[in-house]
Amino acid sequence: MTQPASHFKTYLLIGVMILAGPLGNVLLGKGMKGIGTLAIWPPMELLRTGEKILSSPSIWLGIASLVTFFLAYMLALSWADYSFVQPASSLAYGVVALLGYLMLGEHVSLVRWAGIAVICLGVFVVGRTNPKTTSRQETADGAENHAMETA
Amino acid sequence: MRDFILFFLIVVAGTGGELFVSRAMKVVGEAPSLHPGKMLRVVLRALTVPWMWLGVGMMAVAFFALLGALSLYNVSFVVPVTALSYVAGAFGSATFLRERVTPQRWLGVFLVAVGVTLVFFGNK
Repeated sequence: MTQPASHFKTYLLIGVMILAGPLGNVLLGKGMKGIGTLAIWPPMELLRTGEKILSSPSIWLGIASLVTFFLAYMLALSWADYSFVQPASSLAYGVVALLGYLMLGEHVSLVRWAGIAVICLGVFVVGRTNPKTTSRQETADGAENHAMETA
Repeated sequence: MRDFILFFLIVVAGTGGELFVSRAMKVVGEAPSLHPGKMLRVVLRALTVPWMWLGVGMMAVAFFALLGALSLYNVSFVVPVTALSYVAGAFGSATFLRERVTPQRWLGVFLVAVGVTLVFFGNK
């Protein structure tokens, strides 16, 4: 399905996905870390908590980054097959740990790195299988699948 | 217990949301082309399917649960654990959407489960 002329575009978009998705999550993490305890009861406290979350610039940057990821993902899928895009994006799990370590100074143990590597491999294997197993349309299925992953 | 509820909501509400949206889109059908007008009509049609609203609602719940988890734990722990949605997704699509899940996909799902277990123990 991928045309030679659109190879560069596809790789570029996958690059954007692999950076913008994890960056969004790391920024959300940064924002939430700075907020402190989240009181959700009584309702007035829930409102205060919501206000604190929405007044954090990191949260908004994170949401913008996740929206960027989602747009790149949709565009990539309109040029390339899901079974190509999804395994390539499995690298995002490694990138999120790397960014957490570099940007937030998180301690990532050796066992956790190993676990993340196995997850990347697993996601890669899942994605390399043909996503179409019924005669009905499943294009929307694939698209939504990954969107949630990082949302 | 609180942690269990948060991760349960991220994975189950997230995957459930996807499955409902997926089911809604199967009702709606594929966009005939990338023409903006035709795309808009597909979107508007999708909004009339109750599965869509249920799915979007569950995704919103999963997003807020993710924010809650991120306020407690490092992002390099939370995000890898959310890969469990591949496990939930395989079971969900096999039962709820009645799709055939290939042995290779089960192998990938198994690897994800092993990886998440390692991440969990690596947190100690």
